[in-house]
Amino acid sequence: MTEFMMIFRSEYQPDFKPTPEQMEASIKQWQDWMGSIAAQGKFVGTNRLSSVGSKVLKPNNVVSDGPFAEVKEIVGGYIVVKSNSMEEAMELAAGCPILQVGGNVEVRNVIPMNM
Amino acid sequence: MAEDKVIQQLFKTEYRKLIAVLCKSFGIIHIEHAEDIVNDTFLLASEKWTKEGLPVNPAAWLYTVAKNKTKDHLKHDKIFNDKIVADLKQHGDFVENFEIDLSIGNIKDSQLAMIFAICNPIIPPESQIGLALRILCGFGIDEIADAFLTNKETINKRLFRAKEKLRTAKIKIELPLQFEINERLENVLTTLYLLYNEGYYSTTQNTILRKELCLEAMRLTYFLIENETTNKANVNALMALMCFHASRFDARTNELGEPVLYDNQDKNLWDEDLILKGNTFLIKSAAGEEVSKYHIEASIAFWHSTKLEHTNKWEHILQLYNQLLLIDYSPISALNRTYALSKTAGKAIAIAEAIKLNLHENHFYHSLLGYLYTDFDVKLAIYHYELALSLAKSKNDKNIIENRLKALR
Repeated sequence: MTEFMMIFRSEYQPDFKPTPEQMEASIKQWQDWMGSIAAQGKFVGTNRLSSVGSKVLKPNNVVSDGPFAEVKEIVGGYIVVKSNSMEEAMELAAGCPILQVGGNVEVRNVIPMNM
Repeated sequence: MAEDKVIQQLFKTEYRKLIAVLCKSFGIIHIEHAEDIVNDTFLLASEKWTKEGLPVNPAAWLYTVAKNKTKDHLKHDKIFNDKIVADLKQHGDFVENFEIDLSIGNIKDSQLAMIFAICNPIIPPESQIGLALRILCGFGIDEIADAFLTNKETINKRLFRAKEKLRTAKIKIELPLQFEINERLENVLTTLYLLYNEGYYSTTQNTILRKELCLEAMRLTYFLIENETTNKANVNALMALMCFHASRFDARTNELGEPVLYDNQDKNLWDEDLILKGNTFLIKSAAGEEVSKYHIEASIAFWHSTKLEHTNKWEHILQLYNQLLLIDYSPISALNRTYALSKTAGKAIAIAEAIKLNLHENHFYHSLLGYLYTDFDVKLAIYHYELALSLAKSKNDKNIIENRLKALR
């Protein structure tokens, strides 16, 4: 099995304030999806990325707040899975909750570095 | 006969203390000498007491005899003398005033150090459990053989090799340093968890022995809780887990010694006292940031120990399994997660998830599919139960599956 990284992207909606019920339902969707991958023994690791207080550094020490003003979609987090093929990884991605809010999942093969 | 009973009882409580103190004094290299001295002590007790009756304080008698025997060995036994005395001298001790310290404090410290020496990943898990049962719990070789469904020779060989490993690796019998406690404690907990599971899920029919294994694992875990240096959150979590499971001991087998599955258990037989203790340890385990697999498993066991049918019970259990699988995958957790999913999302969704698990060699996998298909497709249900039957090894497992099949046909 090789590792694949799935990167979650969705539209930046700073004004969207979910209700506690919506939050809870969303958390459950994510937990169930990841639990399903883990139950297949294919989970490697995951992280969420904060949308608060992020910075972008550009050449000549130019620093700006977040990427949000300039891009339409932001990266919300990623998961690393192991699977036998890209097809299989795409099947795992199919249940990703980001798809239900209009976002997308980018699936990339991880190339191990021999350091 | 009363003497026999007392000796048996003392063997269970004092053997491990004497061994621990002697091993700590001599070093692990001379573990066999320590065992010889303690065995000789008990042999002498058995001879003397049956003839002359019990001494006033039997335990103190044992301690005095063990001390004297140690001195005798040091003075008269050539091999013992050459090897151990040389080692002791290296450490600046002298035989003339060498005294075994059998104070309560040193017994405790020695036992704790011994736990860390034995629960060591350099020896295979089943040897760790065997050695723990022998050295830390004072079990007889025949009892250990019984627990592992094997014979005495196999156990003797296994223990011999394990001791050899500890000797060649020059494992020190001492308390870990403060900075390494957490890492070493992790190994200890793994062994105690396995020891407990050996009793709880063992295939041996001997229910008394199984219960004893679990109680020993609990005793050792509690021993860690009693010691300030090892009273950590994950130790309390493991203790909670053990209490919750143990609360169902009397409910999980019937008068014939056959297993009673969770759903069919008489909840009145659950041990309320142990459930309460489990709750207490679970609360203590919440101190600190750490969430170990023992925390999650204890929380799952907590939900299984509630008698009230809380509406969200299975949702909580499902999320806990989701969490557990992220940090520690095991086939049985994957199957339990899918069962919990069938309770929250229905059997149809659970079937789709079960198929992805890919555990075709596992009889529990086929039993789960048999259960899930029962309402949809009896033929498929029977097909899976039959596969489960062909894969199951223990008599108890086969019985359960056969009963399911009978109900379907």
